[in-house]
This record gives sequence, structure tokens and C-alpha cells, in this order.
Amino acid sequence: MRYDATSALAVEATGLVKRFGKTTALTGVDLVARPGRVLGVLGPNGAGKTTAVRILATLLRPDGGQASVFGYDVLRDAYQVRQLIGLTGQYASVDEGLSGTNNLIMIGRLLGLPRGQARARAAELLARFELTEAAGRIVKTYSGGMRRRLDLAASLIGRPRVLFLDEPTTGLDPNSRTDVWAMIRGLVSDGVTVLLTTQYLDEADQLTHDIVVIDRGKVIATGTPDELKARTGGQVLLVSPAEPARLAEAAALLEALAGAEVTTDAEAGAVSVPVTDKALLPSVARELDDRGIELAEFTLRKPSLDEVFFALTGHRSDDEDTPTRELEETR
Amino acid sequence: MTAVAAPAFPAPARRLGLRGGLRNTFTLTWRSVLKIRTNVEDLLGLSLQPIMYLLLFTYVFGGAIAGGTHAYLQFSLPGILVLSVVFATLGTGLMLNQDIANGVFDRFRSLPIARWAPLAGAILGDMVRYSISVAVTLGFGMILGFRITTSPLAAVAACLLLLVFALAMCWFSALIGLLVKTPQAVQWFGFLAMFPLVFGSNLLVPSSTMPGWLQAFVKVNPITYLTGAERGLLTGGPVADPAVRSLLWALGIFVVFAPLAVRVYRRKT
Repeated sequence: MRYDATSALAVEATGLVKRFGKTTALTGVDLVARPGRVLGVLGPNGAGKTTAVRILATLLRPDGGQASVFGYDVLRDAYQVRQLIGLTGQYASVDEGLSGTNNLIMIGRLLGLPRGQARARAAELLARFELTEAAGRIVKTYSGGMRRRLDLAASLIGRPRVLFLDEPTTGLDPNSRTDVWAMIRGLVSDGVTVLLTTQYLDEADQLTHDIVVIDRGKVIATGTPDELKARTGGQVLLVSPAEPARLAEAAALLEALAGAEVTTDAEAGAVSVPVTDKALLPSVARELDDRGIELAEFTLRKPSLDEVFFALTGHRSDDEDTPTRELEETR
Repeated sequence: MTAVAAPAFPAPARRLGLRGGLRNTFTLTWRSVLKIRTNVEDLLGLSLQPIMYLLLFTYVFGGAIAGGTHAYLQFSLPGILVLSVVFATLGTGLMLNQDIANGVFDRFRSLPIARWAPLAGAILGDMVRYSISVAVTLGFGMILGFRITTSPLAAVAACLLLLVFALAMCWFSALIGLLVKTPQAVQWFGFLAMFPLVFGSNLLVPSSTMPGWLQAFVKVNPITYLTGAERGLLTGGPVADPAVRSLLWALGIFVVFAPLAVRVYRRKT
């Protein structure tokens, strides 16, 4: 029996390889999701995030490597894995031709709930996701945000232990995004392990405990959001003169003192520089004061995940022009 | 780092029995039937197509072929029944194709259900669609003046035979739906395969005026036998031979295309 009650890992993958024809979508991906935590799989479009999720959710066979959910192998024990997971994403979807209620009843029945219980569970989840009013309507008439909430509800019918969310907020307006975030936080507080993919760095920053950064089919960094931020260049000193006209002067000064390249944001009237030695701060403050440059802002902060991502991959997170496009399973 | 906690949930079941698989199938049949009501285009197609065929063929060809519309209707209605139901099987492929494109099948595949249940459920649900097509054709035909000259029992047998044949043909349609990429392609491939089959028969006209090579094709065409059996059961004439031959054909189509469709389906999943 492979069931292991002491298995510490909700999801474990080692050396996942997947090829579509001549394109290699994954070239040996390792990742681990610990129970009750949120693992963010971060990467640009075409990095291989969706392929990885499809393998972990038993939808796609890897060409190499192994993956398991609470100790159950996604290939050998797919039936057991499917009892433990929920999946919501670009690919797993609700039926547009059914009402919200019937979609959820159908899934409840497929999971073996008796008719009455399936109906009750559907009503409960529709209420939780604020869809009660639209419950009887055909899903085709739902807005994007409503559909995504129904998608989430559908993946929760079976009370999954591990929830896979493939880009859960892509294409949603800011309000719906915040709603989805709140729902994910609620699930995590119920003890559900969540593995989510995203291209949005602020989403990863907001929701995840651990992050795996994938680029071109490879893991290029892992750690907590703070660890990742710490790893790339420590901290950033941001200086913003009160008079925008003196920005260039401040920038030149900062560059000379820090001995590193500065980033000037003329629009925000600010200049920033990576800082490794904190002893630099007093001298920068003194020099600026000596020259009579008054300051609107003088802050030391951690780099944003955006900056981390740029440092790791050499391109911005929204750069779609990556050579390895994510390929769909050939139909 | 938090302490490692043992997951607090019971061990999942090892396997799903046949009974579980059948229960899954019936749930998905229920889904297909519910969708007939909400898919207005499909419902219109199912009911308006036979009406259009009946009106067009009866009043356009009737006088020329049989010397009168009533005589022709008695001849053509069994054929139009066959034609409507064969074309209706295209819907099976279309819906499978849409389910795959929309990601509905991926949701099914991520659930602990029998792998064959979505396919079986879709096909069982389609039997309801075929019944609608048969009922509309027969009902409207009778409004136009078609008369069943055999017995009610024979008429019921005629309808059942159509459904059995459709049950076999829809596996061919399912295979197309699984193989091609878009719903449009399903339509095209379906029509390319079904048009010669349907019209290269004695379904609308007697085959006596056709060239020899075509008559040879008509003679082996399963549609010819099915139409013959329908004529026998509804308006009199030989039944046993064409009925047995069409059942054998249905079995043959099923034996070839069902395993192929299941294989393609499993390879995708």
C-alpha cells in the first residue's frame, strides 16, 4: 500500500520532462508543495507552467520523471490522485450549456454523492461564491468573473486536499481578482494545499508561501517570496528629491557613492540603486544634505518580485516573446 | 518552517467498479439530455431539418418521380427517416469535439470517474436526440398525408431499428469528432462521408435508372437495406432480409468504429 499518512509532501515532482513533437516543454522540473501551504509556480507565458500542472493533475503523461500527490503516483495511482485533487484552469472548465446549479450537481453525482446531497452541496458552494442569484442561468450568460468563481466552486465539490489553480485570475478585472484571492485564502485556512500558476508577480507576492520560478521548461529559482527577494541583490535604496529638477544630480551622486548602476524613473521623480552595504546610507544622506538637495523620499526596501524576476530570467514577466511556446497536447 | 503534520483524511478508494462506471455514465447521460433543451440551434436543426426534407422532396420530386405527391410520400418517407437520423448522428461528433475544445473533458478526466463514462454518457444521451428526429419526421409526414399501412407494432419496430442503426453510426461520428480539431471540420468530414452513403442508395429514388456501377454501390450500401426494411415495416413489403442485413451492417460499423473511437479517446486521455 502506497498510502503514507506521514507523507510530508502534498505534491512532489522530480525531473519532469515533457516533449511535444520537437519542442521540449519541460526539461526536468522538480517541485514540492507542502501540506496546507500555497505553492506559486511563476513564469512567463510559454514557460511550461500549464504543462506541469496538467501532468500533476493526471491529464498528461510525462516523458520522464515522477510526480506524486500525498504519496500517490500520478501515473500508477491516477484514480487515487483524482480523489484528492481539484483542478481549475484554462483547460478544465465547466459546461457552458448547463446552469450553474446543474454543473455542480453533475460533478457531485459523478463523485458519488446521492442526489439530495449533491443538490445541497451545490447550493452551499453557489452561496459561498455569491452565485445564488445566477444559479439557474445557463453558464454561457455568465461574466468572466462569475465563470471563474463557478470553476472554483466546481473544483471544490469533492473537498479536495490539493487544489490546482492554473492562472486563476488571468483576464479578470481587479475587483474579481481580489474576490478570487480572498476565496483562495479562505481555502488555505481550511487546510487545503494550493498549487497555483501565475504570471502576475503581485499575485504570487500576495498569496504564496513558496515559489518556484520556471522559465523555458526549467526551474530557475525556488524559495519563499522573501528568500527570492533577498537572493537577488539584497535591498534597494530609493531617493526622491523634493525638486524634480535635481533628480539627475541626485542620480549622479548616488551612482558615485554606491558604485553601482542606478535606475532613474523620471516620471516618479525617483532614483534607485541596489545596496549591499548598509553603511552606505548615512553617507548618502550626508552628501545629499551637504549639497542642499531636499528629499521627498528616502527609503530602503526589498526589491519587488518584478525586479527579482527580471534579475533571474533576464526578461520582464510579461514578455511573451519567449522561444519555447507552451504547446497544447496535439489533437 | 511549520512542523510536518500528517494529512488528516481517509485513504482514497483503490478502484471504481463497473457499477460505479455505469452510475457515472447515467449522470453524464442526464447532462446530455439537459443540454438538448438549452441548445436551441441543435433542437431547431433536429426538428426543422426533417420538415424541410419532407416538404422539399415531396413537392419538388414527387410529381416527377412518382407521378403524384401522395404516392411519392409513401415511397420517400421511410427514406427521409433514415436520412434524418443518419445526419443527426453528426451531432455526437460535434458535441464531443466541443467538449474537448472547451475543456469540459479535462474537468471530467481530473475526476475519479470511469474513463469510458463521458463517451458512453454522450452516446446514450444522443439516443434521445435521434428519437426526437424520428418522431418529428414521422409526425410531420403523417400530417402531410403519410399512412402506416402495416401495424402499430411494425411501426415501433421500424423506429427501434432506426435507433439501433444510429447507435452504431454515432461511433463513426464520435471518431471524427475526436480526430479533427474544429467543429467545422467535423461537419465537413461528416458530410463528405455521409452524403455519398445516404444519396448513393434507393432512399429517394428507385435505383433502376442509375448506371451499372452506381447500382453495384447501391446494392452493398447499408442505407439501401435500412431504407428497404423501413419501407417493409411501415408500408408493407419484404422485411426479414433487409432488416437482418441492416442489423448486420450496424453490428459491423459498431465493431469497427467503436473500438477505434475508444482507442483515440484513451490516447487523448
